[in-house]
Amino acid sequence: MRVTTRAVALLGASVMALGLSACGSDDGSGDSENALTVRGCNPENPLVTINTAETCGGDILDVTTAKLIDYDLETGEPVNDILESFETTDNINFTVKIKQGYMFSDGTEVKSKNFVDAWNYAAYQPNAQASSYFFGAAAIDGYADVQCVETDDAGACTKDPAAETMSGLAVVDDYTFTIKTSQEVSNLLVRLGYTAFAPLPDVFFEDPEAFGDKPVGAGPYYVDSWDKTKQIVVKKNPEYSGDFPGNVDQITFKIYNDDTAAYKDVVSGKLDVINQVPTTELPNYKSDLDGRNNERDMGGIQTVAFDPQGADAAAALAKPEVRQAISMAIDRQTIVDTIFFGTRQPATGWVSPVVDGYKAGACGEFCEYDPEGAKALLEEAGGFDGALGLYVNGDADHKPWADATCNSIRQTLEIECTTEVTKDFDQLNLYKEQNKVSFFRAGWQMDYPSIENFLAPLYGTGADSNEYSYSNPEFDAKLSEAAAATDPEQANALYQEAELMLAADMPVIPTWYPSVQIGWSDRVENVDIDPFGVPDYAGITLK
Amino acid sequence: MTDFSHHEPGASGAAAESGVPLGSLSTGPVEPDGGAAAPARSPGAEAWRELRRKPMFWISATVIFVFLLMAVWPSLFTDIGPRDAVLADRWAKPSAEHWFGRDLQGYDLYTRCIYGARASILVGLLTATLTALVGGFLGLIAGYMGGITDTLLSRLAEVFFAIPLLLGAIIFLFSFSQPNDGFFKTVMSIVLILVILGWPSVFRLMRSSVLQVKPNDYVQAARALGGSPLRIAFRHILPNAIGPVIVVSTINLGVYIASEAALSFLGIGLQDPTVSWGQMIDEGSEQIRNAPHTLLFPAGFLSAAVLGFIMLGDTIRDAFDPKSR
Amino acid sequence: MGKYIVRRLLQMIPVALGATFLIYAMVFSLPGDPTTGKCGERNCPPEFVAAFNEKYNLDDPLLVQYGKYMGNVLQGDLGEAQSGLPVSEELSERYVITFKLGGMALAIEAVIGILAGIVAGLRKGGFLDALVLVSTLFVISIPVFVIGNVSQLFFGIELGWFPVTVPFEPSLFDLFMPAMVLASASVAYLARLMRSSMAENLRSDYVRTANAKGLGPSRVVGVHTLRNSMIPVVTFLGYDFGALLGGAIITEGIFNIYGVGGYIFQGISDQDGIAVVSSVTVLVVIYLLMNLLADVLYGVLDPRISHD
Repeated sequence: MRVTTRAVALLGASVMALGLSACGSDDGSGDSENALTVRGCNPENPLVTINTAETCGGDILDVTTAKLIDYDLETGEPVNDILESFETTDNINFTVKIKQGYMFSDGTEVKSKNFVDAWNYAAYQPNAQASSYFFGAAAIDGYADVQCVETDDAGACTKDPAAETMSGLAVVDDYTFTIKTSQEVSNLLVRLGYTAFAPLPDVFFEDPEAFGDKPVGAGPYYVDSWDKTKQIVVKKNPEYSGDFPGNVDQITFKIYNDDTAAYKDVVSGKLDVINQVPTTELPNYKSDLDGRNNERDMGGIQTVAFDPQGADAAAALAKPEVRQAISMAIDRQTIVDTIFFGTRQPATGWVSPVVDGYKAGACGEFCEYDPEGAKALLEEAGGFDGALGLYVNGDADHKPWADATCNSIRQTLEIECTTEVTKDFDQLNLYKEQNKVSFFRAGWQMDYPSIENFLAPLYGTGADSNEYSYSNPEFDAKLSEAAAATDPEQANALYQEAELMLAADMPVIPTWYPSVQIGWSDRVENVDIDPFGVPDYAGITLK
Repeated sequence: MTDFSHHEPGASGAAAESGVPLGSLSTGPVEPDGGAAAPARSPGAEAWRELRRKPMFWISATVIFVFLLMAVWPSLFTDIGPRDAVLADRWAKPSAEHWFGRDLQGYDLYTRCIYGARASILVGLLTATLTALVGGFLGLIAGYMGGITDTLLSRLAEVFFAIPLLLGAIIFLFSFSQPNDGFFKTVMSIVLILVILGWPSVFRLMRSSVLQVKPNDYVQAARALGGSPLRIAFRHILPNAIGPVIVVSTINLGVYIASEAALSFLGIGLQDPTVSWGQMIDEGSEQIRNAPHTLLFPAGFLSAAVLGFIMLGDTIRDAFDPKSR
Repeated sequence: MGKYIVRRLLQMIPVALGATFLIYAMVFSLPGDPTTGKCGERNCPPEFVAAFNEKYNLDDPLLVQYGKYMGNVLQGDLGEAQSGLPVSEELSERYVITFKLGGMALAIEAVIGILAGIVAGLRKGGFLDALVLVSTLFVISIPVFVIGNVSQLFFGIELGWFPVTVPFEPSLFDLFMPAMVLASASVAYLARLMRSSMAENLRSDYVRTANAKGLGPSRVVGVHTLRNSMIPVVTFLGYDFGALLGGAIITEGIFNIYGVGGYIFQGISDQDGIAVVSSVTVLVVIYLLMNLLADVLYGVLDPRISHD
């Protein structure tokens, strides 16, 4: 059911191809001397930091907001932005001091209440903000008290939360606030660079609805205009007070729903930057955009996951050895070379190489293609009776690799395997929630660059994104131990030990590490990619 | 003005509703003296004699026969399986061993083209038959009964006719299909929606055809002799009015094959592991720059099949039409 | 004539209502949840979903929703898409482009189709006739999405004659190749219609009479045959315009045209019911009106037909 692949890629392309003509005709674009036009997509929600959890809106907010910390472009290490100092002795009580005189684009100053109020607003469940999850994940004390006591089937609050604010947050003075967590969190600082933790100005709380159309942030740019479904124009923020100012005066995010159209426009110079070369152009982009392209591994991982409790699960799936055999039957290298034209790296573990704490080879022999070994292991485990249906969502280009993966399993182990395509990501999620499916694509894009973010939210018992019914008390214990460690090196070592446990249990099969390929026109230079795989728009310069 | 315009409730795209013209004319204010509907004396025998002499007939019949054989017995044409993938040979060019080369997954394209026939032919045959039955039956009733029955049925037909076929099918299939639907269910849902949206064109044709036959002497005579209405409708009117319906249904068969392909092309028709031409064309068109042969071969097969049926219908019509002799 | 048009307009009402309700029902029985993708790779929090449903009346029973919707449409309000934009605003922008595309296709269809039909019809059985017959048969047999993709490959990518995709504010040149593709099947039908219409008229009594009177062949063909042969052709063009607009969905997709087709398809995949229903409603009404126009035109052109 590729409807949406095709739909978006081909027919849906409703807003595509805005082309040069649209650009020249509008206001502001006249001074194109110092302006960029880059590929954007349509934000799904109003542009509010705490209500945007998808990349279309996220890309805009990246340049229009400032957070406590920023991530180093090369290493992904946290670098202070609004933050003056961050102190803790026990990984539970944190004192945050912010810089004085840091301004929002509307001329008001960033104060500690702008953080605390924003976070409280986001976490309070009746406000229905998309990013509320992050405050629970960061274990801020009192998060549970701002969740609805009762909800109806549709999810509306029938009984309001016990409290309106989280007890773990307290304003000390204009430039100091404290965070208390309900358990040890060793990497809280790293998390604070995520968009959801950005401060919101006073004007937001006056009218949250109106704010979303013309948000105010403290970033190097501000949103000048948002012509829905066409383009979003951001301009250099005159009030910007941080250390990472933008170069060009204006960036226009032109909304394309179709990668291919955007790509062709970059090739012909109608568009300055494309943030992802479409899969079908991967064999050509290096010659099409000679000297105008870049590639970077991004902080994420692709996996195929099991849910042995899924309704269509064969009994044998419950055995780790069977799952290991399936993993060994996947010819990752050939798939990466043919389907992805060598732009991915076969995975050797569950953690992305770009993050601090990564150690190669956690998966060991189980992630190496070994047809004989796979057959032997399967036989030893008692064989496999039944069929596999690999579920992928049809609103992205997953079918080609899923077909190839299935073919590899089918031809190696003689297990029937077919790709089942859901309409969209949401339908796939629905199926997973209803425990209908036992074998499906999963993927993870890090929220912040930390080994913890690749383990705890995914494989901890009952964790938010643990869709695999995976539960291993030893693994959980190891995670808690790591979270309590005050020495980062020691924490990483403990997380790596936890990761090794996954190889024995094989709840999900790591397949490959994604990468991002971007291209640009010959007008611009210095186009870097950040560790999240997003072009560093603020750093781009014109020739 | 009998030529080509009767039919095709919905080829792909632009052709989608070109069937309108004659259809609308016939329910419209006038009953055009559409030639093909005129009953010929022992039309069958005469037409057959005519047909046998036409090379076009034999060509199209052969093409159709080959495709039917492919649909029923694909392993006769190839001993490679449709899912035998050699991923490392992705996009291999056509060669002596693999006539059409390989696609992105390393499947043998020739084999896939052969196996793709089944779904297309099945959808075409079923849809054409069912639209002919439903549309023909209702058209017969409406034309013969006239009055309020005719008005109601005609309005109903218009409601379905007013929905663009492709659009209606997209919405319907998007609503009702599930990812793990089997081959049978998917084929049936495609057939169902094509019949729901396609019957009015046959209905209109049949109705106008009946209206032309009805005033004929032999019908009046049968009525005067006190024949039951049912008997008159089926014994006297139907045989003389059905000619154009058969012709148009044959042509429509090709059109429905194209429609199924269009839906699969859009990603809402037949899905893996069923092999279908539309789906192959969809995949091929994405790789149009990298491996054009993965588009051109299935497109050629699809076009040949559609051509076969349209050509056959066209030839039969000419054979039935005394004026063209 | 006036009475006839009024009667036809009245008849259109139940048809339009029936058709739009069918579409409305199909769209709003779409499974799944329209907040898809609004929260990235995560599911949206239930609160968010509830607020969303409330805003768009998605909790009402189907008939109530349809009633509310139709009430608004009658007041000229086509509703608000999920993007927050009024559908009418977006549609008016997109219809300009789709109309431009459809109009160009119609013009191409008329010029090529009529010329080819005349050439073939004048010498029935001759070489040109056979050529037209065979080539139209081939064009009809090749589905439009194949023609579209292949011409994009050859004329756009390989030869570089035409733009591969169409910009947001397209010039006539940008739309030329898509219009050709959209028109392709119709050209073939029209050529065949014109051919048989010509051939039939050439055989008819009045032409024989004219010939017998000794009128020159150019006058016979030019004045009598051509004019009479044009009647079904002009009517066909009338019907076909509506069909072209509806059929543009595939062509618009292939060439990335910012038209109605893309909007509808986007709406379906976003489950943006209001956007889909409103655009299709407009399409259906245009289609019905064009049919009416063609019927009336037929009556006007052919003096044998009376509408009273």
